[in-house]
Amino acid sequence: MIRSDVLKTLIPLISDELVVTNIGLPSQEMHLLDDQPTNFYMLGTMGLASSIGLGLAMAQPKKVIAIDGDGSVLMNLGTLPTIANNQVPNFILLIIDNGSYGSTGDQTTYAGMRTSLADVARACGCDHVVECAAEDTAAAVEAALAAEQTTVIVSKCESGNIKVPVIELDPVMIKERFMASVAE
Amino acid sequence: MSVNDVIMDAMIENNVGFVTTVPCKQLAGVIEKIEQSDKMIHVPSNREDEGMGLCAGAFMGGRRPAIIMQNTAIGVTINSLATLIQYYRIPLPMLISYRGEIGEPVACQVEMAVHTKALLDQLCIPTYHFHKEEDADELPAILNHAYMARKPVAVLMDASFWKGY
Repeated sequence: MIRSDVLKTLIPLISDELVVTNIGLPSQEMHLLDDQPTNFYMLGTMGLASSIGLGLAMAQPKKVIAIDGDGSVLMNLGTLPTIANNQVPNFILLIIDNGSYGSTGDQTTYAGMRTSLADVARACGCDHVVECAAEDTAAAVEAALAAEQTTVIVSKCESGNIKVPVIELDPVMIKERFMASVAE
Repeated sequence: MSVNDVIMDAMIENNVGFVTTVPCKQLAGVIEKIEQSDKMIHVPSNREDEGMGLCAGAFMGGRRPAIIMQNTAIGVTINSLATLIQYYRIPLPMLISYRGEIGEPVACQVEMAVHTKALLDQLCIPTYHFHKEEDADELPAILNHAYMARKPVAVLMDASFWKGY
């Protein structure tokens, strides 16, 4: 399974949840597969999906799922101690770990080599870290949504991309409709 | 009233509900007050771009954010300012200790001080420079201005303002 296959399995679970999606293909794939006002698409700023998700979860009580990538988490590795030391009951960080920089030509990341992001998250102090195979991701997300705790899920999937169009939505529109969903 | 109290009162008056900080010796007193306050969530961040992500999320969650950092952070956060805070029109007051100005004991701090205003100017970020204690009286209006305009706004507070180190 590649990332877009994993995302497809999640849609029935997360369609109505607040979702922050990472720059590039993850946002574009979610936009293509299931565009929702409850999706916040990052159009730039690689690395900050988990930070945006955590800030959102801390500011209000609804569940928040940040869908991040291994390359982006590696770029903002400081996010993991911040998550570990500010654990809230409504935050899920889902790292789709395909071991590569998918949006830039599938170059291998260090997570695709010797570095285990699940082990890094645990070492940072995250109490609930789940590493799973791609096909078990939906079950892990379902369990995390049912639990009242910060959960970090590392979904190990294959590298590869489907062809998707860029997102042409205006960023302010993405934000405004997302904020309206948050406030509902 | 101490400048720390003036800054704190300005934030409370403007209903600031989420503050992320990367520390500076000059800002230590304010950060301590923020940590103790029950009116705002305080999240120390490891880098200032991470902090801007946290602030963007908190804003979309209904809380007025602010970030406290050193001016060296302007070098770290240009991409986050342009592609997240400005692109999505998220208000973000940046309360910045302006290291490297007159009275600075660490020569290396001057190297970013000389770029600070030029970078902020290049980014078209409204910038206010606090040099004397009474300059802080304008802070409530500056914070209000940032939230009204939905823009990042920089407040540079130099060593003279803090009365040394």
